Amino acid sequence: MKPLNFESLKKLRQKAQATLNVRELSHTAVSEKCCGLETGSDHIQILCCGGTGCKASQSKKIVENLKECVKAHGVADKVDVITTGCFGFCEKGPIVNVIPDNTFYTQVKPEDAEEIIKEHVIGGRRVERLLYVDPKTEHTVSDSKHMDFYRKQMRIALRNCGFIDPENINEYIARDGYAGLADVIKNQTPEQVIETVTKSGLRGRGGAGFPAGKKWEHGRAVHAEHKYVVCNADEGDPGAFMDRSIMEGDPHSVLEAMAICGYAIGANHGLIYIRAEYPLAVSRLRVAIKQANELGLLGNNILGSDFSFDIDIRYGAGAFVCGEATALVHSMEGKRGEPRMKPPHLTDHGYMGYPTNVNNVETLANVPIIITKGADWFASIGTEKSKGTKVFALAGKINNVGLIEVPMGTTLREIIYEIGGGVKDGKKFKAVQTGGPSGGCLTEKHLDIPIDYESLEAAGSMMGSGGMIVMDEDDCMVSVAKFYLDFTVNESCGKCTPCRIGNKRLLEILTRITEGKGTPQDLETLKRLSEVIKETSLCGLGQSSPNPVLSTLNNFYDEYVEHVKNHKCRAKQCKALLTYAVRPDKCKGCGACKRGCPADAIIGDVRKPHVIDPSKCIRCGMCKSHCRFDAIQVF
Amino acid sequence: MAKEMKLACNVVEQVEAICDKFGNKPNELINILHEAQNMHGYLPEEMQRIIARKLGIPASKVYGVVTFYSFFTMTPKGKHPISVCLGTACYVRGSEKLLEEIKRVLNIEVGQTTPDGKFSLDCLRCVGACGLAPVFTIGDKVYGRLQPKDVKKILEEYND
Repeated sequence: MKPLNFESLKKLRQKAQATLNVRELSHTAVSEKCCGLETGSDHIQILCCGGTGCKASQSKKIVENLKECVKAHGVADKVDVITTGCFGFCEKGPIVNVIPDNTFYTQVKPEDAEEIIKEHVIGGRRVERLLYVDPKTEHTVSDSKHMDFYRKQMRIALRNCGFIDPENINEYIARDGYAGLADVIKNQTPEQVIETVTKSGLRGRGGAGFPAGKKWEHGRAVHAEHKYVVCNADEGDPGAFMDRSIMEGDPHSVLEAMAICGYAIGANHGLIYIRAEYPLAVSRLRVAIKQANELGLLGNNILGSDFSFDIDIRYGAGAFVCGEATALVHSMEGKRGEPRMKPPHLTDHGYMGYPTNVNNVETLANVPIIITKGADWFASIGTEKSKGTKVFALAGKINNVGLIEVPMGTTLREIIYEIGGGVKDGKKFKAVQTGGPSGGCLTEKHLDIPIDYESLEAAGSMMGSGGMIVMDEDDCMVSVAKFYLDFTVNESCGKCTPCRIGNKRLLEILTRITEGKGTPQDLETLKRLSEVIKETSLCGLGQSSPNPVLSTLNNFYDEYVEHVKNHKCRAKQCKALLTYAVRPDKCKGCGACKRGCPADAIIGDVRKPHVIDPSKCIRCGMCKSHCRFDAIQVF
Repeated sequence: MAKEMKLACNVVEQVEAICDKFGNKPNELINILHEAQNMHGYLPEEMQRIIARKLGIPASKVYGVVTFYSFFTMTPKGKHPISVCLGTACYVRGSEKLLEEIKRVLNIEVGQTTPDGKFSLDCLRCVGACGLAPVFTIGDKVYGRLQPKDVKKILEEYND
């Protein structure tokens, strides 16, 4: 392939836009008509989600089957089957989206391919049984625009995810891809670029919310032989998958942003530090880097200018602390990922001793569109101090698990009840956890605060990288705090004492409480120790690790007290505090519990009510899951 | 480090070739370990010594890195490695109970391999299939929307 210049990039874009136009139209048009080859359509595109979540439910096989069916019916020249990135609606995956009528099929199985092709693509009749059913109205909704899940969303960082083929650079270019990079190289000084980013109000999406423009300005001001742009793709929060989805669904946006950053701060090398646990994202990035190099959009003399920028990939190896930038740099140098004191800041002394600018994936994904649409446009979205949108991985006890993007200032209530469709199985909402192991649990009373960096922190949690886990009445908040502490203790690098030893002590106390051995004094110690760890730890990991403990202590103090004083766990999660018993009125004496019991703790004759021997019972709950008559009582 | 069996000659050559490929540079250590583990399945002590010699750094440095990162392992995995997701989404949907049941059925702890070498058990943080929570993986296959009672049946699929 011939490297592009400014002119030929423009031409390539116009050409690519022609094929993408139908897709653009289908997302704005209001037509409800179903289109098929026999009912007037001359070309149909089928988009299938190829994200990690949908791949786990055989989406690759769906694509293969669709392609085979298209061939078997002799319509291969009129139908394109395209693998895209994540659509976000993981709860209903795998998703198949038929264009031009934007029909959204959910929970598709490989064997459904034939019907989709025969009925819809050829016959022009929707496959009703695969359509999304609105739980409120119980009517099917065919167009994603009309689903509650999508209506309140605003997709900026995810603008191309589920829309383009991430392995086809032309589709990215058609969506104004690399237009921002071309514009800055041709028409702007580095200072102008930094000014745009500063004016846009973009803040770091990795958690701390540091203004991106300010960081770049600092990077620019330092003089050195080499400088590095690093993309932090070490997404370690359990239950968070925003960055992964962006890299899988729109890898070029990250590459373009890194090059723009390189131009702005005067760096010629880019490195992506990515978790080895993300094989699909790695392979998509590799394809993207290769394509961008071939077209002269990366590498030497980009678009024929005198600006050069290359990008390489470095692997993490499973260490949460490497999300901390100084630890990340150590890891990239082939060392143990331990953080160090700052200053010197990485913008002065980073990778191999050179000035290094580290930005998170989602932060970067916002950059190209800020350049093309302008700082004012971006700054018009969001709240006073938090501009733009935020991507959240919405999961846990919620009806619509998925990846969502909302303007800053949206309330938790809107996210949980409108986009998320409320708590699963009609249970009662208890808490929502944001910010992962560094964040906290918020309650009912926080549901109406507008989400931004400051308000979440004021409420005792934090924005974090965007994990958002919903919990219901069955979740024990002491156990949740213990779960996070267990994570932190595992992931603490061990360099500083407060984090290494302090967190371990916190975990021991929490374990004691969940085992019914806690004392009121323990609650005091938890609080005091948490504060000491926060104040004295070396890096962000330790400074934020007691947050789950402090926030649950603040918001669910009575639950702690119940554990300690009454030896009761109201959520029935703490095994040691439970009693299992058979309800004689409901027991049919079928013996299913007895056979399922691993401890031989159940006695009873056939067709007569059984009894559990509390001295033998190990409280594993197997009897309850085996009983078909709801005769096992837990209290 | 415990004494281990000697590596086969061709394995030694392959490890040396990997080091050469990365120019024997110490800052490439993590990439080298990734490739070596990919090839051999795990990173025994002797292999770490070879890498240390090739890169001209102390074996303790290599050992320090191997033990720091959870992705690297010094014990061989089973034929069918099981990984239970303990991400928060899976946790609140009951993955701990799933893990307990697997431990009970296989009679091994996390990080161990069954004596017949068939299954090994590990935990990981987020497969990214939160819509299917709770999940575990056996090899590349993801099993989702599970309850403890499903465990036995799934493991029996691997009776070969």
